[in-house]
Amino acid sequence: MKKTLKQRLAILSDAAKYDASCASSGTSKRDSTKGGIGSTEGSGICHAYAPDGRCISLLKILMTNFCIYDCAYCINRSSSNVERARFSPEEVVWLTLEFYRRNYIEGLFLSSGIIRNSDYTMEQMVRIARDLRVKHGFNGYIHLKTIPEASAKLIEEAGLFADRLSINIELPTDAGVEKFAPQKHPKNIRRSMGELKTAIDEASEPTRTGRKKHFVPAGQSTQMIIGADAASDATVLGTSAGLYDSYRLRRVYYSAFSPIPDSSKNLPLIKPPLMREHRLYQADWLYRFYGFEIGEITAGRPGGMLDLQLDPKLAWALANRESFPVDVNRAEREMLLRVPGFGTKTVDAILVARAHRRLGLDDLGRLRVSVKKIKPFVVANGWTPVQLIDRVDLRDMFAPAPQQMELL
Amino acid sequence: MRIVLKGRGDFEEWRDAARDLLRHGIAPQHVDWGLNQGLFEETPAMAGSIVPGRSLTVPKAFLDLAQAMICHSDPARFALAYRLLWRLQGERYLLEVPTDPDVARARRMEKSVRRDDHKMTAFVRFKEVVQDGPRRAFVAWFEPDHHIVARTAPFFQRRFTDMDWVIATPMGSCAWDGEALTCDDEPAAKPDLSDETDELWRTYFANIFNPARLKVKMMQTEMPKKYWKNLPEAELIPGLIGGAEQRVRDMADRMASETVPRFHERLQART
Ligand code: SF4
Repeated sequence: MKKTLKQRLAILSDAAKYDASCASSGTSKRDSTKGGIGSTEGSGICHAYAPDGRCISLLKILMTNFCIYDCAYCINRSSSNVERARFSPEEVVWLTLEFYRRNYIEGLFLSSGIIRNSDYTMEQMVRIARDLRVKHGFNGYIHLKTIPEASAKLIEEAGLFADRLSINIELPTDAGVEKFAPQKHPKNIRRSMGELKTAIDEASEPTRTGRKKHFVPAGQSTQMIIGADAASDATVLGTSAGLYDSYRLRRVYYSAFSPIPDSSKNLPLIKPPLMREHRLYQADWLYRFYGFEIGEITAGRPGGMLDLQLDPKLAWALANRESFPVDVNRAEREMLLRVPGFGTKTVDAILVARAHRRLGLDDLGRLRVSVKKIKPFVVANGWTPVQLIDRVDLRDMFAPAPQQMELL
Repeated sequence: MRIVLKGRGDFEEWRDAARDLLRHGIAPQHVDWGLNQGLFEETPAMAGSIVPGRSLTVPKAFLDLAQAMICHSDPARFALAYRLLWRLQGERYLLEVPTDPDVARARRMEKSVRRDDHKMTAFVRFKEVVQDGPRRAFVAWFEPDHHIVARTAPFFQRRFTDMDWVIATPMGSCAWDGEALTCDDEPAAKPDLSDETDELWRTYFANIFNPARLKVKMMQTEMPKKYWKNLPEAELIPGLIGGAEQRVRDMADRMASETVPRFHERLQART
């Protein structure tokens, strides 16, 4: 018996939950005042949150979870006994539009298992995006996950309709990809990224008419699975930094390998702590927005692994005490950004405010920073940390208290 | 001097009063701002003469700030906004001092209003209603913290231009019919609505959730419980949380079965 739309939606959203991204931000500004339906206004909107704490911004589904590849970490691999289903392109279009009209979502994040071959699958996905845009005047957000080994021509066509394209790097090392995703080729993945970067660059060059071509305005991103192979955090972050620099990716997503039903025997049975994923995101953030080099963040970490107990910025500060305290009234932006507890917005506010008055701890408190947390690291009007930075117990001040043991 | 306002997010109402006060040179500590609770109370005419030479320009940043603040539900918003306006006459760069106690408090109000704006764009749920004619029609019920319906409605106009819609709230309503956006500030009653598509949305919500990564606190900071009663998906949350552990255990038990699907064998045979 053919499964109902609802049953297939259950299967094909269940299969999509291992994709970490649900972002709908950073694309061009559009609305429907001149026709069609939908808008994008810069920052994305999370329309709901699941109890796993993740933002639900897009209808994130697979077109089908049939797949001819056999990637060990994936629930859809051909050797898995998971229940299979497939949407027609029309059904995906209908679901997207009806969900959108009820304000459940910002748009569509479509990926797919590979049916027949890569190009056939990619073609179907492009058709969905094209129908949404051209037939239905849909101005909402579209993210397509490109199919590995799909031809450059199809990926370029996808870029005409999608806000974002992602090409997954899958695992931090080439050896890992070859071992766990034997039909995928790291070289080809990187080549696709490079081709996409070139196409994005070309499209953003001003043309004679002065109008820019609409081409993947929210750029490209990728995802890496953490904890399926033995790569250390230093290796993971090194790979990310390389990707950011070479292909100007907007985001690298880290996905802690999650236990999947009917999982392959080739995989470790222990799942990595979710905290590891969190620390990687924090380190990634420090690299992109706080002027840290990856080498600084992982220097001296045993086995190249980040400290799970302390966030990487605090860990760096404790390992580099000679750089503190930082004078909030005089230090350069660069140095203020290194104070644990100061975000980029706080630093900007400090720079504006201190042009008008000398800032004390109470002023910082009004900027909504935790005075208790930053005190040991800063000099402010009326405040100098008395040798705090030399305290041997500094780490204990920040590390979470050891769990109390209870008698049974 | 007592000033009585309706106080339902109408910026002009406050601005007119504040302008008059400032022209008459009435200092903030001499103004008592009240809300008109339906009782007949009128603001008396202002006594005294207009102070000459007072220019009434303000930095643009103040306009943005005050427009947001005035929508806040805290009764102290009018006095605080007027105190800022008064101080700005002498301290022209006041708003550039985010650490000033008045500015910090105003910014907190502004932030709360903007958050409410944002949550409205996120959590309004339209339900389709039957309507003759070529345009489809939708109605939503939403319960904001502040008087933000009128300031947030244009977002829905830009996005849902090709359909008719009404967003009703206890703090006023807005409607769009393809031609005009109309708003009023009267409290609306909660309509009784249902929409079949909600069932598909709930299916999606239940299945996109990963039981292996329960983070309930994170969910609740971003989607506080006060919104749940108007979100069709929220009724599933307790069950999803309660069943998560068992589902993860079941998954572990089902790991690595001995047999593979037939089509996998065929694929292997081909290569
Ligand atoms: S190609 Fe994609 S869907 Fe298919 S098994 Fe590999 S990761 Fe899974």
